Amino acid sequence: MPSDRRFRETLRSFRVATWLGWQIESNWADPFVFAIYSLVKPLAGALILVFMYAAIAKGGVNSPLFPAVFVGNAMFIYVPAVLAGISWTIIDDREHYGMLKYVYTAPVSVFAYLVGRGVAKAAVATVAVVVTLLLGTLALSVPIRLAGIDWLLILGALVSGCAMLSLFGILLGGVTLVTARHNYGVGEAVAGGLYLLCGVVFPLETLPLWLEVVGRGLPITYWIEAVRRALLGAGSPAFNGLSNGALLGVVVGSTVVLAGLAVGTFRLAERRARARGLLDMQTMY
Amino acid sequence: MSGRSTWTTFWRTVCGRAYPRVIGAQRERSWVFFEILLPLLQVTAYVFIYRAIQAPPEFLGFVVLGGAMSAYWLNVLWSMASQLYWEKETGNLELYIVAPTSRMAILLGMALGGMFQTTLRAVAIITIGSLLFRVPMTVTNVPVLLGVFLTTLVALYGLGMMLSSLFLLFGREAWHFSNLLQEPVSLVSGFYFPVRALGQVIAAAASALPITLGLDAMRQLLFPSMMENLRFLSADVELGILAGSAVLFLVLAHRALAHFEKLARREGRLTVRGQ
Repeated sequence: MPSDRRFRETLRSFRVATWLGWQIESNWADPFVFAIYSLVKPLAGALILVFMYAAIAKGGVNSPLFPAVFVGNAMFIYVPAVLAGISWTIIDDREHYGMLKYVYTAPVSVFAYLVGRGVAKAAVATVAVVVTLLLGTLALSVPIRLAGIDWLLILGALVSGCAMLSLFGILLGGVTLVTARHNYGVGEAVAGGLYLLCGVVFPLETLPLWLEVVGRGLPITYWIEAVRRALLGAGSPAFNGLSNGALLGVVVGSTVVLAGLAVGTFRLAERRARARGLLDMQTMY
Repeated sequence: MSGRSTWTTFWRTVCGRAYPRVIGAQRERSWVFFEILLPLLQVTAYVFIYRAIQAPPEFLGFVVLGGAMSAYWLNVLWSMASQLYWEKETGNLELYIVAPTSRMAILLGMALGGMFQTTLRAVAIITIGSLLFRVPMTVTNVPVLLGVFLTTLVALYGLGMMLSSLFLLFGREAWHFSNLLQEPVSLVSGFYFPVRALGQVIAAAASALPITLGLDAMRQLLFPSMMENLRFLSADVELGILAGSAVLFLVLAHRALAHFEKLARREGRLTVRGQ
């Protein structure tokens, strides 16, 4: 296929998948209920942390640890939304709507389709992240000042971070394609593991050494640290030796490596799924 | 049908519906793994928060107990409240409706099976969590603790039976509503901190959910010295309220089932799939 035609097809697949994803995400309720639904869950998650700090920490939410923890938790909203969301698309389309086989029979780029579906979830997550950060800034004295934000760093971190999470999602999507009864827990388990290991809600050095080493090996740890520095002007002392450029470099470099790994794994899983007739599997789980 | 045969059918239905949860679910080992692992990951993350802010060790126990009880809440949401929606999606609901048995027996079977299934997970979470984080528990009164725990479960699953009738009317929103009721309930019920931290008014409102009072009472009985200044109400009062809630939710579940089934029949929602 000529490259300009392929590009147009990819773009069309992406656009239509984004629209479809948005409809699936939002049209089960009227806009008001949907807005409440989209905000209540992440805000409740943030408030759990607030009350844990208020119940214990000296100075409550004025504890020096709190801003970094709050920002980490807010940004982590993207992780289950994009990473688990993309892999969930496979389950939803195959098991619930029974239409994954039609995606494969249509002239559609599957990667663009999956990323498009992820964009709708990322859009909802973005609103939740912004509202959570506003709550922190306005009500909990989290020191985010517009003038103090490193816009270049935050932009770089957001773009590369979302690309990285999408690729993680595609990787998990590949695993989901060839699994039957385990696929429901995979996305949640991975997101839960990352929440624990990436120092999202506590300093990484609180973990036992062997878990801290695992955490340092995960690119999401560096992504969250970059966002903290961009928004708060300071991050965790554990990463003092790394400049902002180096942090961003780790995230971009990991994304490039992950791109090859995710596409390769997904293609392999796809071939296996075709060979074993798994594309239209209905497990009724 | 004679009274005796009605009761026989009722109890056979209860056993029949509980069977897949008691026996069948244990056959899928990977689910056992995920159902223990997922709450444990959350519990571990919250334990490290308390460690980072140097909380007393009893707070680690609050988190472990909250994590174990969250398994029951998740089971009530996903395997009770949403269950009739799943049954509708897979085509089983029609069979339930035409079967010559009581729908309450089906719900009761689901509840008993769910309790058994989740108790295995909860015990695993408490055991692993307590050993891993060296939680200092002191059981002061075993009969009262057992009483609080069992009454909480009856009230909680009564609430689940009531919600499952309500969810009969739902399409895709059933999934979203169950999803929505996770974190907010974790917050207002004080799964990871004493509910009193929310203030008396919010704690009183949250007491409508049996798990709020159940958790507070169990924490008082397991961590008496730490809870002395953190309790919401005394454990005895909470046990009394829980017993009242248990009866109330079971009665409401019975009425709600009759009402919403009639409504769903009239509006033709019992067999609509893929909404």
